[in-house]
Amino acid sequence: MTSRVFPQSPILRAAVVFLLSAGFLAAQNPTLQGHPEDYSRADIEYGARLYSEHCDRCHGPNGTGVSGVDFKSGKFSHAATDRQLTAVITTGFPEAGMPPFKLDAADLEGLVAYLRNMNTLDRGSLKPGDAARGQQVFEGKGACLSCHRVNGKGSRKAPDLSDIGSVRSAGSIERSLVEPNVQMMPINRPVHIVTREGKTIDGRRVNEDTYTVQIADQEGRLLSLQKSDLREFTVSTKSNMPSYKGELTPDEMSDLVAYLLTLKGQ
Amino acid sequence: MKRFASISLTLFTLLPCGLNAQNPVTYDRLTNAAKEPRNWLMYGGNYSSDRFSPLTQITPANVKNLNLSWVYQSAVSGSWESTPLVVDGIMYVTQRPNDVVALDAVTGRVFWIYHYNNDPKVTVCCGANNRGVAILGDTLYMGTLDAHLVAIDTKSGHAIWKTEVAKSGVGYSITLAPLAMKDQVVVGVGGGEYGIRGFIAAFDAKTGKQLWKFYTIPAPGEPGSETWGNCKTATAYCDPDAWKHGAGSAWVTGSYDPSLNLIYWGIGNVGPDYNGDQRPGDNLYTCSVIALDADTGKLKWHYQFTPHDEYDYDSVQVPLLADITWKGAPLKAMLWANRNGNFYVLDRATGKFLLGKPFVKVNWMSGFDDSGRPIQTPQPPGMPTYPAVQGGTNWYSPSYSPRTRLMYVSAWEDEGEIFGGVPVEYKEGLNFGGGNLSLFVPQADAPTKAIPNAPTIPNLRRGPINNWTDAGGHGAVLAIDPLTGTVKWRFRMTDVTDSGIVSTASDLIFTGGREGYLQAIDARTGALIWKQNLGAQMINNPITYSVNGKQYVSAMAGLSLFTFALPN
Repeated sequence: MTSRVFPQSPILRAAVVFLLSAGFLAAQNPTLQGHPEDYSRADIEYGARLYSEHCDRCHGPNGTGVSGVDFKSGKFSHAATDRQLTAVITTGFPEAGMPPFKLDAADLEGLVAYLRNMNTLDRGSLKPGDAARGQQVFEGKGACLSCHRVNGKGSRKAPDLSDIGSVRSAGSIERSLVEPNVQMMPINRPVHIVTREGKTIDGRRVNEDTYTVQIADQEGRLLSLQKSDLREFTVSTKSNMPSYKGELTPDEMSDLVAYLLTLKGQ
Repeated sequence: MKRFASISLTLFTLLPCGLNAQNPVTYDRLTNAAKEPRNWLMYGGNYSSDRFSPLTQITPANVKNLNLSWVYQSAVSGSWESTPLVVDGIMYVTQRPNDVVALDAVTGRVFWIYHYNNDPKVTVCCGANNRGVAILGDTLYMGTLDAHLVAIDTKSGHAIWKTEVAKSGVGYSITLAPLAMKDQVVVGVGGGEYGIRGFIAAFDAKTGKQLWKFYTIPAPGEPGSETWGNCKTATAYCDPDAWKHGAGSAWVTGSYDPSLNLIYWGIGNVGPDYNGDQRPGDNLYTCSVIALDADTGKLKWHYQFTPHDEYDYDSVQVPLLADITWKGAPLKAMLWANRNGNFYVLDRATGKFLLGKPFVKVNWMSGFDDSGRPIQTPQPPGMPTYPAVQGGTNWYSPSYSPRTRLMYVSAWEDEGEIFGGVPVEYKEGLNFGGGNLSLFVPQADAPTKAIPNAPTIPNLRRGPINNWTDAGGHGAVLAIDPLTGTVKWRFRMTDVTDSGIVSTASDLIFTGGREGYLQAIDARTGALIWKQNLGAQMINNPITYSVNGKQYVSAMAGLSLFTFALPN
């Protein structure tokens, strides 16, 4: 019985233990690895930057710096799946001199994406965005602060993005910019409420249970309402955020993603 | 010295009359549990496990007046999945990892706490849970995480004997409440995610000596072994001894029909959970219900709900026994809302399949053949399967009211999962799941596509913020008519539920959920009548009992056990 009350740690533990002893898997079932098309360009580019920061020193820019290990071969003897590759990065091989790396989910997704594509991509061909220019786009042309807030600056209409770079991958951020509806989490859905007294409230749903709903209104005020007190309560699956597809140049988009990835929270 | 004697005398006179009046809980009392509705004598309330209480003091009209009587706070952390027993004013409840606490059921004050020291090398799947004790005579029986059975004196809280049920440290554990009948105590072992070979076994109530044992995975040559096929290909990991670690756990308590002398038990998933390629065949008796002769442990019949399971649809439900009228004739029925999303009616004397019908969204099968075997429809790789790994329901107990003739089930509706098998080699004491799973959260404008990077239940549903809402499913209480399998009414919750249900003769049901509400619902209509926020997830089965003519309702939320009653 796997129960969702406590499912995660055993799986993670098992994955870690498993990959240490299951090198045969990759050869027997190569389809367990991701394909290049499974990874977004944004994640790969971000991963390349992280690789140069964290991995170059031992593995070298071509991934051949450690004896017996060749990242460019596209094969990972200790990690058949991306989950296992992630576990290798976060647990390391201390006995072989590889330390565990404490990286957030966005970093790991990018690093895995790059590692999986080192065999087909030339790092020199990748053009990671420029975060400083991205901040200018964010605060200027993109007008993102008119709805979002970062580190105490900006509007409260839309979710605070101060830690978006640690909770969303590069690919996810990029998709959010071009397809906001696809990426919107249920908890961020816009709500429209009319109370029994006729008061209209628009905002974002920040929490909900069977009997109550908690929202942040357009001014960011936190409200908790009894559903039985509401005449209307509608939750939209359409994001209020406009798509930036065609609004930003590819370079601006890349820069904006690079900037958002630097927002790791405090 | 004189003062001490005085205090002792005072304490004695203040003790609830229930303590002194407590008589041994004989097999006859257990068989006739319904005749003493003041007590909750076993995990499922009675041998039928219908969780129906004849008590009527709390009614739909007055339930809104319920007040908190007392709270007992456990000093240990982790989900609290125990179901208390109440015997003549004394409550016996387990708390993590293997404590038994005896409480005054009127005040919540503790009489004694028995603490069991588990083997430190214990390996337990899915949490260090214990779901309760059994009682027979003046003795309580508890299974332990290190797979022992312990007998404990009801009055002193001291152990009388303990016996090893299975080898500890390699995945075997006991998390269920034992089932006592005649002069024996019956338990099953958990550990399916660690490649155990499961079994049900009976032990002498006086001595702890094993009386019989039934393996839920047959050995070669035994009936059922033909459902464990040989490896055919080397394209995936192939396990030549699949049956040796084929799992077949027992996670919750079974039921018993004294008139048929049959014990019924729900059997868990096959090992490895998700990669069926390395264990061809139906893999009996996993994901099945088995009927065993209570005296010998011999298999009388079985029915497999999910042959060759690859979704962890283990039958971790309590077999619910109900005497109903089926097509004009009396029927000793077994009612079963299964984790695989189907509701079943079986003839519990013969095991004959009588009805099967989905009670939640199901796409792993399309129907049943004439024998009751599901016609399986595996989904393409990357596409969601319904229900998800948590199932349409799970280990928390349903209830059946003979008054409304409805079965009440805590369900997870509209939740899908993308399953993927991964070869896994058995290693003693290590996880043997063999799969990559991801919960399916559909995009708002593309229902067949998942939201990339969607939150997962383990990360977000465990906290107080529901970042899930109903996008990936929701909880509900369903009232199912056993005669047709149709849902008569649905009480929908925003978040999911891990709470069992108790129904009463005043046509109330009590249940909880992850949102932390204890709720009283009209058993006939599904209307909410009363609710109380207890501040934490309820992951257990509520009970009701009475002491000195006063009815109580008890349920745990978080680390606290709450008990409610009407004002004096």
